[in-house]
Order: sequence, then C-alpha cells, then structure tokens
Amino acid sequence: MKFNLTRAVGKTIEGEALVSPVPFSARYDLDRVNGVISRIGHPLQGESIKGKIFLAPGVQGGVAAGWALLAMEARGVGFAGLVFGDTNPVMVQGAVTAGIPIASGLALEAFEQIKTGDYISLDPSTMELTVLESFRVE
Amino acid sequence: MHLTDEEQDILARGDALADAFREQIQVGEFFGAERMVPVSNAHFMGDPEVFGDAGAAYLARLTAAGLRTAIPTSRNATCVDLEHLESFQQSKELAQGEIGVRKQLTALGVMAVNTCIGYQTLYQPRLGEHVAWGDTGTVAYANSVLGARTNYESGTASLLAGMTGRTPAYGFHLDENRKANAIVRVAATMGDLAHWGALGAVAGTRYRGYDNVVAFVLPDGVIPSSDALKHLAAAIASYGSMAMFHIVGQTPEASTLDMARGERGLLGEGEFSQADLEEFMGSYSPDDLAPDVVVFTAPQLSMFEIQDLALKLEGRKIREGTKMIITTNRSVYVEAERTGLLQTITGSGASILQDTCWYLMDPAQQRKSFGWNTLATNSAKLANIVKAHGYTPTVLTTAECILASTVALVASGAVSTQKGN
Repeated sequence: MKFNLTRAVGKTIEGEALVSPVPFSARYDLDRVNGVISRIGHPLQGESIKGKIFLAPGVQGGVAAGWALLAMEARGVGFAGLVFGDTNPVMVQGAVTAGIPIASGLALEAFEQIKTGDYISLDPSTMELTVLESFRVE
Repeated sequence: MHLTDEEQDILARGDALADAFREQIQVGEFFGAERMVPVSNAHFMGDPEVFGDAGAAYLARLTAAGLRTAIPTSRNATCVDLEHLESFQQSKELAQGEIGVRKQLTALGVMAVNTCIGYQTLYQPRLGEHVAWGDTGTVAYANSVLGARTNYESGTASLLAGMTGRTPAYGFHLDENRKANAIVRVAATMGDLAHWGALGAVAGTRYRGYDNVVAFVLPDGVIPSSDALKHLAAAIASYGSMAMFHIVGQTPEASTLDMARGERGLLGEGEFSQADLEEFMGSYSPDDLAPDVVVFTAPQLSMFEIQDLALKLEGRKIREGTKMIITTNRSVYVEAERTGLLQTITGSGASILQDTCWYLMDPAQQRKSFGWNTLATNSAKLANIVKAHGYTPTVLTTAECILASTVALVASGAVSTQKGN
C-alpha cells in the first residue's frame, strides 16, 4: 500500500507508525522530557513517540514548537519522522533543525487505512509513504 | 532552487555559516521555494524554558564557530523577568539559563530587547520589505498592518536568517499567497481591545490554516488603533495559525476588496455579528466572584495601554485575594517609570513585569504555586493558551477586568467594601 505526498524533505526512513486522528501541537501534546503524548484527553495519551513515524492530519501551535523537536532529539526521545496532511513552516523548520524527515500532503483517507503499529517507510526523494507490514490485532 | 553566485560561495565555505544556510535551503526546498530572498532584519524567539539544553547547546555551537548576525536581529519576549524572580517563584536555574542565553545572543550580535511589540517600539518595516520574524503575532502584524513580508520563522529559522541575511522565498514572501480567500464583514460594535481579539479568535477558528488570509470589512468610520490591530493579529495567529489578514480600505494591500482578493478563490464569507462577539466574550457583574488572577499581556502592552490602565487604576486598589499582572517591554517600562504611570499602577497593588510575556513564565507552575484557577484578561490570545495550563479563563473588556479585580479607595485611604465601586 503506497500513498503519495506533496512535500517532503530529509533522508529515507523505516519505522513503526503512530497515527493521530487530531492535529498535532509539539508544545501542548507532549511530555518533551520523556517523549510521551501527555495532553489529557488526547486519543494517543500515554503513547511513546520515541523512534516512531508520527502521522497527523494537521498541526497547531506557535513558533515555540520549532524548538521542541530539537530538544527531544537531543534527549534521545524524538520522532523518527513526521507526516502530516497539512503543515506550516514551524514544524518544517523544527524538523530540519532536528534532522528529522518531514512530509505533508498525506490524503485524509490514509488516516483510516494506516494504523498505529504498522511498519512503514517514508521516502522524501520519491514523495512516497509505503506500508511495509500491517499490524492487525487478531 | 536557484542560488546566486554569492549564495553558492556561502555553501562552498563548508563552515558553520554554510551549515546554517543549508538548513535554510532544506526548508525552502520543502515549500518549493525557487530562490532565497534578502531580508532587512530578523526577529528571534527562544528562551531557556522553551528550548532547554539542546537549544542552549545549539546557540553555543554558533557562538563557538564565531558566527554573527549580518542584519539587525532582535529578540522576542522571554520566560523570565530577572528583577521579579522571587515574587513569581521562578527558579534560579531558569534565571541563570536566561543570563547565559543573553550573553550568547549578544555574542552572536542579537539585540536582547526581549519584546513581542518591536513593531511598536523598535522598528516598523515598510510596504514590501522582506523580513524574517519569529513570533506569530508579530508576523501577522507585519504582513497585515505594515505590508511587510514574512513567514513564521520558528526555532532557529529567524536566527539563521539573521546570520545569512536571507530566507527562502515561499509563502508570504510571494504576491499570490497574500491575497484574501475569506471575507468577514464586521457588524458587531467594537468598543475595546478585547473585542478585536475576539474578532481574531472567531475568524481564526472559522478559517483556520496557515495559508488562509481573511479580508475584514469594517463598518464606516471604524478605524482600529495599532493596539487593536495588535490584539487582532495575535488572536488570529493563535486561534487560526494564520499569518495575514487585510482590512479593506485601511491596510496597505487592501485599498478595495477586489485588491485584497485578487484572483484567489473564495474559501468562505460570513459576518462577525454582535451575537458572535457576545458569545465569545465573558461578562462580569459586581455580584460575581473576583477572579484569582487578572492578566494584561499577550502581546506586551504599549505605552498607550499602560497609560489607559494607570488612568483606570487611579484611586483604586487590587482586591485582596486577586493578583493583577501586567507585562511590557523594557523601553515602555522605563518610560512608564519616568512619566509616573508605573508608580500609579504599582501603587494600586498591581505587578508590572518587563522583558517577558506572562504565558512564557510557566503559568502551570504558578497556578500550582499560588493556587490560581480563575483568570480574567482582555487578551483573547492569552485565554486560548492558558486553557492548556489548567486555568479557567474569561475574556473581559479592559474596564471589566479592572472592575472585577479592584475596589475604590475612599478619601481617607480606606477601602470601600462595596463590590465593583
């Protein structure tokens, strides 16, 4: 299963998907010390983001978010990659500084087809996200 | 991306400046920028609370490499007022971190003016001037009110622009992205700064998205002040992640609605009615409980706002059990002190802070330390932010904020017991 992206930058990576149904705020959704989704009521509350390729339909939050990705990367609890439906310069600038591949333009239906736990690859050079192995609870 | 000979020379140096430039190019490539654009100045946002050890290490690397800004580069409000540490229970570690950051920024050539209202007190870019600013409210003000051109330049981005004197030409640097794709016709009576924040909040929520630009159509004769536009810009950025709006007949790129819109398609059109305004705003009556804390901040206050508060606070005293906090930048603080306004404000029992904007000062920790829960403010932006820190905010007009948090002094200097007088 392959999905096209419209914008992407960074190196090609593979990893486990963490799929959020809601827009992402680096400042307010995360425990930046431990790399855990910490916002009360967030659908992924308690999930570790360490080493995950994180998918969310959009982004929110001010420019302070630009530092959060670098801070988590330096602590070794950062994302492996970021894929959004739509994004803004804040997240892109933050990801580039932290050395994390980032992409946008993932169609909204992909958020129903890609599940948390799927093993996926993100290739910014071809603008493709590929599901390599689907995780399904038996 | 097309690079000039001079830009290719920067990359060829293979040094820290080349690394900085490469980072900028990557961001530009993501957004499909065809070139870099020279910027006249940059505005950097970063403090020890938000960037932690990693940010400090990043600055240290730039400093150690001997880099310096190539264009005037200012710094946004920070997380601490070094002269009011104890009264806000801010940690010594944070203060030490801030002192270290200021030293590093100074070494890099950044002016640590610590303000989010530089466009009112420091420098106003002109129509068509490209800049690289790193605070959402300042960006929205620069694009909309001044006709300058900037994207949100977050984290390191504005600092890198300050070093290279350039930024990637995408987003709001390009003509086609500055046209309105939504229209809001204002029918509400706009009587207070808080109402302009409410307008930004409602429009931002309605047409949320970085690429979206609203054209506001105001009733005849309504001409918002710089402070009103400041609250509008801060709120539309906070609620809508938006970076630009027009006011038809008033802002530089919107002489007419047709000019504001150009050929861009229309995402939506609607009204900001009196009912919309009243639904957003809270209300206060003298029988209501006083809020735990009243905050005038986000953005920092101008000299005009400080004078208005001083006039409203004259002959009044902050209620027992309520805290009033006002933040501004150092230049306004110094002038307020020189002109006696500061003494009127502090004489009422209010706290006035400089260099900071209160929401950057770890409001969640203050809530725990001081047992605060209810908060009143005339800043729609602040109300949006503090919910995430566990507060129950109410947006009131400036006068209602004063009424809710003060009592009148009687002639003898004793405090009147009648609520709200």
